[in-house]
Amino acid sequence: MNRLREHLTDGLLILAIVVSFTWLLLLLVGAVPQHAFGHLLAGSFGSWSKFARVLNVWIPLTLCSLGLLYAFRAGLWNIGVEGQMVLGAIAATGVLRLGTESLYPQGYLVLAVVAGMGCGGLWALLSGWLKTRGGVHEIFAGLGLNFVALGLVLWLIFGPWKRAGIASMSGTQPFPADLWFPGLEGWRVSPFALALVICTILATVWMLNHSRFGLRLKAVGHNPKAVQLYGVAPNRYLLYAILISGALAGLAGSLQVSDIYHRLIPSISSGYGYLGLLVVMLANFRLLPIPFIALFFSALNVGSIQLPMMMQLDSSLSGVIQGACVMSALLVFGLRRRKQSSQR
Amino acid sequence: MKDLPLVVLLASVLATAAPLIIAALGETITEKAGVINLSLDGSLLLAAMLAFVTSYETGSLLLGFGVGALTGGAIALLVGIFGIYLGQLQVAVGFALTLMCRDLAYFLGNPYSRLQGPQLLAWKIPLLGDIPVLGPLLFQQPLVVHLGLLLIPLSWWYLYRTGRGLELRAVGENPQAAYTRGIDPRRKQLLYTLAGGLLVGIAGAAFSLGIKPGWGRPQGIEGIGWIALAIVIFGGWHPVKVALGALLFAFLQVVGISLQGIWPGVPAQVFQVAPFPLMILALLLVNLLQRQGIKQWLERRPALALLLHQVQGAPPRALGRSFHPD
Repeated sequence: MNRLREHLTDGLLILAIVVSFTWLLLLLVGAVPQHAFGHLLAGSFGSWSKFARVLNVWIPLTLCSLGLLYAFRAGLWNIGVEGQMVLGAIAATGVLRLGTESLYPQGYLVLAVVAGMGCGGLWALLSGWLKTRGGVHEIFAGLGLNFVALGLVLWLIFGPWKRAGIASMSGTQPFPADLWFPGLEGWRVSPFALALVICTILATVWMLNHSRFGLRLKAVGHNPKAVQLYGVAPNRYLLYAILISGALAGLAGSLQVSDIYHRLIPSISSGYGYLGLLVVMLANFRLLPIPFIALFFSALNVGSIQLPMMMQLDSSLSGVIQGACVMSALLVFGLRRRKQSSQR
Repeated sequence: MKDLPLVVLLASVLATAAPLIIAALGETITEKAGVINLSLDGSLLLAAMLAFVTSYETGSLLLGFGVGALTGGAIALLVGIFGIYLGQLQVAVGFALTLMCRDLAYFLGNPYSRLQGPQLLAWKIPLLGDIPVLGPLLFQQPLVVHLGLLLIPLSWWYLYRTGRGLELRAVGENPQAAYTRGIDPRRKQLLYTLAGGLLVGIAGAAFSLGIKPGWGRPQGIEGIGWIALAIVIFGGWHPVKVALGALLFAFLQVVGISLQGIWPGVPAQVFQVAPFPLMILALLLVNLLQRQGIKQWLERRPALALLLHQVQGAPPRALGRSFHPD
């Protein structure tokens, strides 16, 4: 009960700080705060089609955040999710390009998703190896590989995979409709993709909280020296964790290509990898709040699209609110920890 | 323009490098004291925006630079307080701040997009500016170039030739030992985080008021903060090597624009990626050179060993880990 009350107080405190900060910010730029909040709400939950858009952001964001959780459990800061997502998108595009005019488009779609997961995982494994074998901190390896992935995607779009005649920032040639990720008539969000995410959430709950693997991962994250005494090789678990992390990011990337854009574009990851890090931080590295925080962040992203048109405000307000959430969470959690350690 | 194209090229490399040198040296000072400020990319943008808006509204460049510096300092202070005193991970705070400050810059700067504002122009120093080659290279540049170049020996001297510099490095290498010698590591770290942040803020202002004048979304300096972070590592946390790294990157960027004519298929962004593999390689080298087998292998190749010894530099030992005095 005490724990629950603590979480509740923390949550309300964070909310109060964020709302007052945003309120002041909006007053500062001469906007009416109520209107801005109203537009954010109407733009995300106002209609079924808007909510479907929110879900289309929620899918990759949740996948990336769940993946990050595996890495964090093992004590790894996998800042490279962004690049791992891009590699997943590249691999999926590569497979789907091969599948154009094929007799078995479904086969190529499955292959695209699998290849996306594989390439995302391998890209993550690269920073894992740099960490375990080369002693390069995963933050710098991951960050560096993010930019390499970005260079790769630009090179592909402007080079080998350019559209006939015009190479432009608008991306590669769109795929024919039989190579789109399956949806349902009248649904603006693919129920199959949603089901995939829900299965991933359930699998992650089991893996991290109820399996021997999850326990070992946690042990490796807490005390890599001690687990060696129990015959667990910490480096192997670090690599498993980052591999899963990258595979889920790669899955998100392959869905961006096959389900959302139907082609490869330069900003294919939409920054969801970086945003996922904020989601997990705001969740205080716990699993259960992740889907809800991801939904909240997705709603902010989609709702803010209206702001430039309706209020002449920049849509980056969503990012400001998301950042403010994390900063106030860091403040509240930090103060609580300080209080607890001084009581002890 | 009768000048040699080479001189023009080098002059533009210097101008491109100047803000990068200032930002990277600021981060070097912070990291040498054991604190990692990951917020550089957002700090640069927010400082650039606020500096531009201030100069635009007041007409004063000096005020713009002042506000830019204070912005960078304030963000760094947040990293310091959250990281050092609240015990949050420095990288977590810095990362959240970098995204937030970027978006804050876009949000607040929106009404000031694509406006013509005051600009720091190249200043031809009398007499000195007339010297052939050196004149156009060094003495017909905006003042931020001189600031950047002056900071190189200055920061080296401070870090390696003064008592305070020794304390700074001690706090970054072994805060526990420094503490027993009567130095308060946390106060020192906060101080140098602030100092580094002020420089980053000046660098941001140098962009929007001189090197990439004006404001907009995108501003055109997105990613520079990450590059500055990479360069600090690539330069092995040594101010002179860090500055050389910044110059090398600026050279690649300027030459990259000309190279586009040769390889039209390769977009300029690809060249911007170059510092990152180099950063990973530099970090890999630090670690590999400590391996016994590689040490022995290198002993038989003194020339290569000397070269590698020059390029490698180990990170400050307490980098990124906050100190607790108990």
